[in-house]
Amino acid sequence: MADDKLYGVLAEFTDPAALFTACEQVRDQGFKNWDAHTPYPVHGLDGAMGMKPSSVPWIALVSGLSGAAGGFLLQTWVSVSAWPLVISGKPLFAWQAFVPVTFECGVLAAALGALIGMLFLNRLPMHYNPLFSSARFEAASDDRFFISIEASDPSFDAEQTGSFLEGLGASHVELVKE
Amino acid sequence: MGNPAMKVYTEADQLSYPISERAPLVLGGNDFHGVTEVVTGLVERKPNWKWWAALAASLAMLSVYGISVAWLVWQGTGVWGLNNPVFWGWAIVNFVFWVGIGHAGTLISAVLFLFRQKWRTGINRAAEAMTLFAVACALSFPTIHVGRIWLLYYAAPLPNQMAAWPNFRSPLVWDFFAVSIYGTVSLLFWYTGLIPDLATVRDRARTKYRRMIYGFFALGWRGSNRHWQNYEVAYGILAGLATPLVLSVHSIVSFDFATSQVPGWHTTIFPPYFVAGAIFSGFGMVLTLLVPSRKWFGLEDVVTIRHLDNMAKIILLTGSIVGYAYGMEFFIAWYSGNPYEQFAFVNRAFGPYAWAYWIMLGCNVITPQVFWFKWCRTTPWFLFIISIFVNIGMWFERFVIVVTTLAQDFMVSAWDYYSPTIVDWGCFIGSFGLFCTLYTLFVRFVPQVAMAEVKSVMKVADPHHPAWEHAESVAAPATDEGASVAPPAAPDGGETAPDVPPSEEGAE
Repeated sequence: MADDKLYGVLAEFTDPAALFTACEQVRDQGFKNWDAHTPYPVHGLDGAMGMKPSSVPWIALVSGLSGAAGGFLLQTWVSVSAWPLVISGKPLFAWQAFVPVTFECGVLAAALGALIGMLFLNRLPMHYNPLFSSARFEAASDDRFFISIEASDPSFDAEQTGSFLEGLGASHVELVKE
Repeated sequence: MGNPAMKVYTEADQLSYPISERAPLVLGGNDFHGVTEVVTGLVERKPNWKWWAALAASLAMLSVYGISVAWLVWQGTGVWGLNNPVFWGWAIVNFVFWVGIGHAGTLISAVLFLFRQKWRTGINRAAEAMTLFAVACALSFPTIHVGRIWLLYYAAPLPNQMAAWPNFRSPLVWDFFAVSIYGTVSLLFWYTGLIPDLATVRDRARTKYRRMIYGFFALGWRGSNRHWQNYEVAYGILAGLATPLVLSVHSIVSFDFATSQVPGWHTTIFPPYFVAGAIFSGFGMVLTLLVPSRKWFGLEDVVTIRHLDNMAKIILLTGSIVGYAYGMEFFIAWYSGNPYEQFAFVNRAFGPYAWAYWIMLGCNVITPQVFWFKWCRTTPWFLFIISIFVNIGMWFERFVIVVTTLAQDFMVSAWDYYSPTIVDWGCFIGSFGLFCTLYTLFVRFVPQVAMAEVKSVMKVADPHHPAWEHAESVAAPATDEGASVAPPAAPDGGETAPDVPPSEEGAE
């Protein structure tokens, strides 16, 4: 086991307040490849971690507009060109009647874009992660709060980073193998 | 439980909480771990005989559905009570009934989310599941009512050997899109909300297959804050999309009627009136499901009396809107000066189907008015009874709209009286079998309450809550800016501040 590559260090906190201030400290120390793990989204933690805004809205906007445009073009092509039927004397290009389906197609595409975009940006599904080898980490989805700093971070040092996290009020610090 | 940081709130505290502050949403002194235990315990314990009895009863009803539909498909729609003027019978009544029920789930999830109504977290998972299952029941009716169900694909814009395409100027095609897309988006929304909770079940699983199956659907979720950020944004977008979607779906369902020429259907009031009725019936069904299940599954601390109180208020509001719409329909008929329109409404209230009209009016407009009284809104068994009235009333509303209108339209010579056959009954009761089977499986295998969301609305979820004051001052050196930010004033006076951080119990 000793020659296994080190993935990083995992620190456990018992409450969101300790995690919050610890995240601010880790951010100010200039760490890059690190993360916080919480059982629920902690309000304001994005700022405490110094994260940029999410780009999911742009993905959803582009896919929604494409879906709406696609729905509208499909209806126009079907009604005007592929199967031109005159019904109740309505014009072939009855754009008012195409509004409901255009809207629904836009919503469907935007919803798919939001979910798939979120999964893509999060690199999910990814069923394996070295952190899962830690038995304590199971509580990250229950009532405990964690900070993980990866060994790939330029300022990482197994000894120092561990004691740094301990000094921030972590109740338990462990090294995680790759 | 037993976390010293937690103040123990009781039902009485919650009901007497000052109106200017946010009342607690989780009772009984449950901390984060307590919420996990209460909710995941339900999918981890072996089910008792009552669950098996419920499943057996549901499957029995579902088999009635299977037999009725098989007979219908074999024989054709003649086995229903349809006749010459009444071409749309119970199939469409049941369709609109189930779609309407399917609206409360998305309303609770999406609209209340956008309005930051935190109490939604206790009930949204069950309400969304109800939505999905109700939409499944709803979709089954237009499917079978076409008779030759193998030709259903005509409604979809698929290239086919006849080079024929759907007529996009028809509201029935809009409806096909609206309801199927609504079902799909509701599923996406429900699943997105489930991902963190499935991870909780995975992390607590002690058997290989449990871990594999829940782990597969949890997608490797590890509570990363970098993930939570994108997740929360995506969830907000889904809520923002679902809100106009839910309003559009029942509007489009109402277009099926409103764009026709039949007196009683051809009205502009239909879209808002249908949407209000849908929310009304959906909340009725949510109460019907949650009042017993919060008791049976011991969820009273999470699905609290305050949740029921709030739902009763929404039922009162939407029931009154529905009552207003019923009155306004008569006003419009009178004010239009159109004798056919006037006849249609007088005939509804005093014609051969008057019994149905008055059942509808009594259940939908009169019974919900009891919710002006607090006792009625906070007494679970009473809420359950009223919710049954709402379900019955809303089914009759659709019956009144569909059947009374068609049975007596313009020409007296074309009139007829519609009565259901045993196959109609089989399809109707059977659809409850489908719904109950799905819901019974849901309560066994899926966390019934959105745990991550409930945790996020607990008072101690806020890292600046005074309960954590001690922990914070230990954790942060005095030089740190973040630690010097004063925590907001405690609504409960700060007497909850603990001397020690929460105990280590439960870390194993």
